[in-house]
Amino acid sequence: MGAKGESDPAAGKNREKNRTAVERRSERELVITRRFDAPARFVFAAWTTPELLKRWWAPKSAGMTLLSCEVDARTGGKYRFEFGPKSMAFFGKYLKVTPYSRLVWTNEESDDGAVTTVTFEEKDGKTLLTLRELYPSKEALDYAIAGMEGGMPEQFEQLDELLLTLGTGAGRS
Amino acid sequence: MVQYSIARLDVSFAALSDATRRGVLEQLGHADCSITDLAQKFHMTLTGMKKHIGILEQAGLVATEKIGRVRTCKLGPRRLAEETAWIEAYRQFWAARFDALDLVVEELKQKKEVDGRKRRK
Repeated sequence: MGAKGESDPAAGKNREKNRTAVERRSERELVITRRFDAPARFVFAAWTTPELLKRWWAPKSAGMTLLSCEVDARTGGKYRFEFGPKSMAFFGKYLKVTPYSRLVWTNEESDDGAVTTVTFEEKDGKTLLTLRELYPSKEALDYAIAGMEGGMPEQFEQLDELLLTLGTGAGRS
Repeated sequence: MVQYSIARLDVSFAALSDATRRGVLEQLGHADCSITDLAQKFHMTLTGMKKHIGILEQAGLVATEKIGRVRTCKLGPRRLAEETAWIEAYRQFWAARFDALDLVVEELKQKKEVDGRKRRK
């Protein structure tokens, strides 16, 4: 079973070129991809420097604020993000840090947390970023999906609108 | 509308609150299955399994079809639509994050280019 989030007819051609794609690639893996018009070292720096992370990790449009951000981006180093307004903490450690090309970290705020791998592939001065979230089991990913709906009641309305537009026409693939 | 949708989600969460029912959904994610086979797999009576399937069916998470004497279960439209909707919401969240990242990266790039030019002078 595969499910993709892709439809965004309003996006212009320029945005289309650098659009964010999310795919459930297997029963326990989610893959997010996005292209950036900059060499990998800049994109990598923005992922590993607390002052820079603070500027984009909690986008205002997502209704979040980053209360604190501690990042020790070295193999074996730890990280901790705290979000508002309901003070939620996300933490874990870096299993592997390869400058400008790869980051692997654990998500330890829950027992069934994923291992996240981000790769930065540079080509012609642009970077393809791929983020993989590998959950310990299919159930863990299913639960994360159900849990996120449950944990964000303010999103129910938005979810419901989406469900309405999708209708029941989403047959089996 | 909102009341209606919350009631509907309540039904979904109630349906998902049981370990056997979550197991059934996982099983049906792999392949369609008859109620008899599901009862065997989960070591329960046919009546017990029928009850679970009824709850899942009511929530739109499972659809059943009777062919001859066998009732076959598969994932329902709501289950699939919900996952697709969640993935779209998640995509929008990351898209917002990456749009903000774009600005940071662009600034780093500009700064570097300016620094480079200064150094060359």
